[in-house]
Amino acid sequence: MQAVVSIIHWLVALALAPLLLGIIGRTKAFFAGRTGSPFLQPYHDLRKLLGKGAVYSHTTTWVFRAAPMVGLGAVFVASGMVPFGGSPAVIEFPADLILVVYLLGLLRFATVLGALDTGSSFEGMGASREVQFSALAEPVLLLALATLGRQTGSYSLSTIFVDIAEHLSIHAGPAMLMGAVALLVVFLVENARIPVDDPNTHLELTMIHEVMVLDYSGPDFAFVLYGAALKLWVLGALLVGLVIPVHVGIRLIDSLLFVLGMFALAFLVGVIESCMARLRLLRVPQMLIAAGAFAIFALVLVLRQT
Amino acid sequence: MSLALFLCPLLAGVAAFFIRADIPRRVLLALSATAHLIMTVAAWIIGPSPAVGEHLLGLDACGLLFLMITSVLFMAATIYGIGYLAREKPVHHRDFEEGELFANAPEARFTGCLLLFLSTMTLVALSRHFGLLWVAIEATTLASAPLIYFHRHHRSLEATWKYLLICSVGIALALLGNFFLAIAATDAHGGGASLLLSSLIGPEAHLNGVWLKAAFILLLVGYGTKMGLAPMHTWLPDAHSEAPSVISALLSGALLNCAFLGILRAQQVCVAAGLGGFGRELLVAFGLLSMALAAVFIIGQADYKRMLAYSSIEHVGILALGVGLGGAGAFGSMLHAVNHSLTKAMLFLVAGNILAAYGTKSVGDIRGLTRVAPISGVLWLAGLLAITGSPPFGTFVSELTILKAALDGGHGLVAFLYLFALAAVFIGMATSFLGMAYGSPGNRELPQTGPERWSAVLPSIGLGLLVLILGLYLPGGLRATLLSAAAGMGGF
Amino acid sequence: MAAWVETLLILLTLTNLTLVAMSRLGACIRTVALQGIVLGLLTICVHPHTPSLYVLLLAGGSIGLKSVVFPLLLGRAMRDTHIRHEIEPFVGYGVSILVAALALPVSFWLGSRLPLPRPASTLIVPLAFHAILTGLFLIVSRRKAITQVLGYLVLENGIYTFGICLVQESTLLVELGVLLDIFVAVFVMGITIFHINQEFNHIDTDRLSALRD
Repeated sequence: MQAVVSIIHWLVALALAPLLLGIIGRTKAFFAGRTGSPFLQPYHDLRKLLGKGAVYSHTTTWVFRAAPMVGLGAVFVASGMVPFGGSPAVIEFPADLILVVYLLGLLRFATVLGALDTGSSFEGMGASREVQFSALAEPVLLLALATLGRQTGSYSLSTIFVDIAEHLSIHAGPAMLMGAVALLVVFLVENARIPVDDPNTHLELTMIHEVMVLDYSGPDFAFVLYGAALKLWVLGALLVGLVIPVHVGIRLIDSLLFVLGMFALAFLVGVIESCMARLRLLRVPQMLIAAGAFAIFALVLVLRQT
Repeated sequence: MSLALFLCPLLAGVAAFFIRADIPRRVLLALSATAHLIMTVAAWIIGPSPAVGEHLLGLDACGLLFLMITSVLFMAATIYGIGYLAREKPVHHRDFEEGELFANAPEARFTGCLLLFLSTMTLVALSRHFGLLWVAIEATTLASAPLIYFHRHHRSLEATWKYLLICSVGIALALLGNFFLAIAATDAHGGGASLLLSSLIGPEAHLNGVWLKAAFILLLVGYGTKMGLAPMHTWLPDAHSEAPSVISALLSGALLNCAFLGILRAQQVCVAAGLGGFGRELLVAFGLLSMALAAVFIIGQADYKRMLAYSSIEHVGILALGVGLGGAGAFGSMLHAVNHSLTKAMLFLVAGNILAAYGTKSVGDIRGLTRVAPISGVLWLAGLLAITGSPPFGTFVSELTILKAALDGGHGLVAFLYLFALAAVFIGMATSFLGMAYGSPGNRELPQTGPERWSAVLPSIGLGLLVLILGLYLPGGLRATLLSAAAGMGGF
Repeated sequence: MAAWVETLLILLTLTNLTLVAMSRLGACIRTVALQGIVLGLLTICVHPHTPSLYVLLLAGGSIGLKSVVFPLLLGRAMRDTHIRHEIEPFVGYGVSILVAALALPVSFWLGSRLPLPRPASTLIVPLAFHAILTGLFLIVSRRKAITQVLGYLVLENGIYTFGICLVQESTLLVELGVLLDIFVAVFVMGITIFHINQEFNHIDTDRLSALRD
């Protein structure tokens, strides 16, 4: 029974991920005073891209063609490992959080390789920045997850998020709050959102993520786009699982609550993107180190309690 | 009595800020110094009272000893200072070193701060509560900072800033040490913590060892900064060389002792709690490091006031070493505190005369001091012998006592390093001092000529005679006080 | 109450972490002022059962001094000297945050070595240590005289955090003496900064280097 529910949850996650992009876009449009594209626009984009043929530069090799598929595969597996509103994920084993982090790393590695394979200096620059920021973001993510693991006494994502509420006391409040802040920063950095990167720009020299995927077209670009949406979901699910730790016990309500949480997070991202300007590139590492400081502080606080 | 000792200079100091005319203000300064000395002598005759009871103020042997030193030095500084102030016109002066014009701070502020400085140093000697001791020592920093900035030029300002910041940070650590001490004194059953010296060294004090050790380290580092122990000494050469000489004399002779008293109090508590050995090792280490470092900087030092400042670092090293060795060493250290204060104050006052006569602080530019200013020249040579611990001066006796303590205690290596540092300092200082005293002044243009003023040499002569007498004969009363003070530090 | 004490202590540490990352002088002064308020509230929260006149006096004194008088003094010094509002640290902001963050495990280690006999919270010792370390770091890593004074205040706040766990009725005089001393210290430092600015036309302490051996 549990397995069936988990599989249904996974399918829902796979289906709803692009909707998050739609919500973010709509929120930004609302704040800018425009009507904006419909919520389902990302789905139409994906369908349109899948229907097209792909164009490949003749300087590229098989690496360039394999990268979107490898990346999508990695994040696809990762999405099957994050729990969904108080019910365990499909793939679950002790210390699986490390695999999730490394699957996201594999996605990044594939994207960077694909970008470098084009031989364009522009894409190489984006790749170098992506790697630089990830090198700072990854420890923060691991530290934040370690905090949660230490608090709940388990290093499997499913176990952590299913009974997180039982392990929280008032004393753990500040530590969890700081862990959440660190996760939010990682979420914004890893998904290339403002204030780190602007996903809408293809023109500036300062962009990071979008520049790496400039040469993709057709189905390949659809894979990249869908992979990005899934990554948003995976990291978002960690954050929402922490912020909404309480579960009522009825599966349907819990799942609904979780989905609403994800939508709220997407809305929040839209608000952040509307209110903030992008940081100077030099300030981004500082922000990540600050998030790291929060994560270290949270971890130290949690370590002390036991 | 205790309160009067503290309040008399305090009130006089506050009043001095508001007295416009110079002459009444100088009379007030002289009167306060005299009154303070008379009261101190009276307290000396009454004798020390052991630390018992709930009183915040009181004079035990240690406090009495350091109060006496402070008071005598202040008297000497007052005589010198009044003559000095009379000569320092309130107009712009030409800087000796760089030729720029600078003004002096108002004399009222100088005199006021001087008296407040005396009052805070008295409070240090009087206080029997660690918190109060801290307040008093920090107050000495604040009262003396404007004194260092009397000559308003950029070097003295730089020295003042370093002095303020480094000492404030150091003393802040000492405050942390005080809190640790309070925690150490809190018993596990819920009794309150008290920082009264009497309750900390009393028989019913059961101090927590770990916290006490941490407290001692912090107090040693904190007050050690103020005392000038290496490696926390960095402010000291700057402040002592840039302050007016009369202030340098007080800083070196009296203020360093006040900070030393803070460390002694901490050591008293350690000894009473049975942890005297822990403190002693640290004191020996800091003492030897200070002596070695001072010796390195004294050799080849081109500025004679800086040389005297480094010599002070050497001597606080000796003081710490003596207490660290314990036994006869603690007695030697107490005696050395007296001898060093008198000698160093005398030397700084003579250095002020030399600076006035030659207009330079550079050792190399001064020749023929015994001809230009005969009395100062002789005093300078006598001071050299005294500060390097040559017989028949008192410093010889005290340094020998400490050496004997090291040898008796079986610390051969310590004794060797001690002698080596003393020898290096002797060579370094003698080379410079002899070069300054002899030779021909040449055709150098000297800013000040004429006979030496009695106010400029009399205090130095008096202090020098005291050191000489202490070398030949140790009065019974002083001996008893020294022994009683050393007993608290684990001496005999 | 213990939860409140912990929250306030964590808030104190967060202000410390912010302080090392801040680039504007005015914001730094305001953050230190915020620390004064946190400490004042902490004084009351540590002694929930004895809201005596003494505790209130101490809390009021620390709030008034640390969050009103000092910021006014330092703000005035900042305006009078017309200094640039950028901090210009020796150590970059990123490295500064990293140092402050890595000081946390060190402080917790120190705290585990020195257990309080009857702690209001086990966080007091480590986080007070952290404030002290941050203060020392600010003093050595910042260029301007005024930021060194801020570092001194952070150091003092850390020490004060220890102090308020030990408040005791009988030593009111001494505690007030401590506050008075710190006040005069900041006052004298402020005057000195003013003189430094007049004499040199800057307050960069790394350029105070005429005296050396």
